[in-house]
Amino acid sequence: MATKIFKHIQTPVVPLAIENIDTDQIIPARFLKATTREGFGNNLFRDWRFDENDHPKPDFVLNNPTYSGKVLVAGKNFGCGSSREHAAWAIADYGFDAVVSSFFADIFKGNALNNGLLPVQVSDDFLQKIFDAVAADHTAEVEIDLENQYIKISATGEQETFEVNPYKKACMINGYDDIDYILSQKNKIEEFEDVR
Amino acid sequence: MGQTLFDKIWDAHVVSSAEGFPDILYIDTHFIHEVTSPQAFDGLRKRGLPVFRPQQTVATADHNVPTWDQHLPIKEELSRYQVDMLTKNCKEFGIELYGLGHPYQGIVHVIGPELGITRPGGTYVCGDSHTSTHGAFGAIAFGIGTSQVEQVLATQCLLQSRPKRMKIEVNGKLQKGVGAKDIILYIIAQISAAGGTGYAVEYAGDTIRSLSMEGRMTICNMSIEMGARCGLIAPDETTINYVKGREFAPKGEEWDKAVAYWQTLYSDADAEFDSVLSFRAEDIEPMITYGTNPGMGIGVTQHVPETASFDVKEQVSYKKALDYMGLHDDEQLLGKPIDYVFIGSCTNSRIEDLRQVAEFVKGKHKADNVTVWVVPGSKQVQEQAIREGLDKIFNEAGFPLREPGCSACLGMNEDKIPAGKYCVSTSNRNFEGRQGPNSRTFLASPLTAAASAITGRVTDIREFLKEEELV
Ligand code: SF4
Repeated sequence: MATKIFKHIQTPVVPLAIENIDTDQIIPARFLKATTREGFGNNLFRDWRFDENDHPKPDFVLNNPTYSGKVLVAGKNFGCGSSREHAAWAIADYGFDAVVSSFFADIFKGNALNNGLLPVQVSDDFLQKIFDAVAADHTAEVEIDLENQYIKISATGEQETFEVNPYKKACMINGYDDIDYILSQKNKIEEFEDVR
Repeated sequence: MGQTLFDKIWDAHVVSSAEGFPDILYIDTHFIHEVTSPQAFDGLRKRGLPVFRPQQTVATADHNVPTWDQHLPIKEELSRYQVDMLTKNCKEFGIELYGLGHPYQGIVHVIGPELGITRPGGTYVCGDSHTSTHGAFGAIAFGIGTSQVEQVLATQCLLQSRPKRMKIEVNGKLQKGVGAKDIILYIIAQISAAGGTGYAVEYAGDTIRSLSMEGRMTICNMSIEMGARCGLIAPDETTINYVKGREFAPKGEEWDKAVAYWQTLYSDADAEFDSVLSFRAEDIEPMITYGTNPGMGIGVTQHVPETASFDVKEQVSYKKALDYMGLHDDEQLLGKPIDYVFIGSCTNSRIEDLRQVAEFVKGKHKADNVTVWVVPGSKQVQEQAIREGLDKIFNEAGFPLREPGCSACLGMNEDKIPAGKYCVSTSNRNFEGRQGPNSRTFLASPLTAAASAITGRVTDIREFLKEEELV
């Protein structure tokens, strides 16, 4: 089954300069009761975004109309904690195509890649440069090119390359899917079972 | 060059490996539960695929279940729907389900080991990050996302890149009142909530060796809280004695063969690790967390760090955490009044945890300002506790023994900590809202939690133990 394709984007960003954002913040457990993959975007960052009476909190960045864009930029160790893939679904469902941070938790990174959401890991310095660029001009754009593995701040032309597993890169560019790949080697799995 | 324990097990499970691709890793047992599986089953239906090896898949209902009156239908509609969905999916795809009311039901990471499904040398995955628990048996076990749950259901394999290897050694004698939970909270506080990211962590050293299987599970359980892919401990006599005779453990000749293999599972003396850390058991105090990630922990007598002690970039996040917790710079937690005590979760809900708490609270009573919940990890733990009369001790102390489930670990079922309230909890996560919207969590050991329940304040268990020695 094909997954979402990602090649290249240029877009303003949404800055969230908080470290150690865990998946319980991205999507609190009480919203994990859905049995489909859709609709989690409504509850993305629920308890930071809304108060107890479901009113939007004006000081949270997603409620600030000044910021928009397809890239979320966040502090280091993004996506730590629970393995819930719902976190990646919520971010993608909200409309983001990529998350930029100076460090990602392992499971989140894998989950994001499996859902066409690109995790872009940059240096602490470059992350700060993006935050600075958005602070100076809220419409500041970044360009992310998966094929050539770079991220660029459009206004200043500063850029950095990022790592991505070559297999996962091919999957995202072509919309390939892990299950198709593994099943193409079904005979090897059966052989493995026979000899052990 | 010798091999690490991790590499021995990994290599024994590689189905195929190709340059530039992650390995295809064979999974011995796949545990599933109601929250992270429905979309995976849906995916199979859309692809028209069966479950590849249903007999190597084990299901239970734990996250959403109430822990009181379990014989009644689940009140909350969405929770009930999710649990019903699991039942339906298991039936349709031919998977054994230990659902509500089944004598084997319980938290997925408690039942695997207690049923003898988790064994040395195996590979285990589950759509739950605390799958690292099973590594305590000298196994590779880690949490996966729902797309990967679908992958394992469809192929009994997982596409994975080999992580780096880290060894964490703890040597020396623990102080009285200090246990496995304190060890792991101490390690995480030292290396931070991200300190293990990208690594498979092997715990070693004589302190780790001296722990029971329950204690080892507590340690491996929280590996994910330092970001590690998984945690593991080489199997030994303690491991073998624990597995022996359990429901699904190998029997007879099979058993002897298995044990012979398990005895080869250790890191060779000249095996190389990408990183090695050592800690001294004597340095570890009873631990407690004060912040909103498990790396924010201190010895119970220490003070909360000052904001100024952090890098400028980190100060915003740090202040946010203290504000959330209603704490200030340099505050001492010791003596702080609390509202709830939760003893449970896949970290500390096994029979040994309950025995330890019961022994301590016998003849004591909880403080009036505190509500206490003791939640067994499984039906079997609950029944064992009742057989041993622990429920009576708990009742007399004002610690009602509830029914098995994840309970107040994650604010998904009926057991939630109210906004603004403080809970000393034996679970594994103190994230904002983890135990309920705006709840405030202090993570600690079962003994620290029990002692705090008795005084109604954050308490140093060592003070109690000293007094008891005098009597
Ligand atoms: S007890 Fe808590 S951490 Fe463990 S499986 Fe349940 S929700 Fe997850």
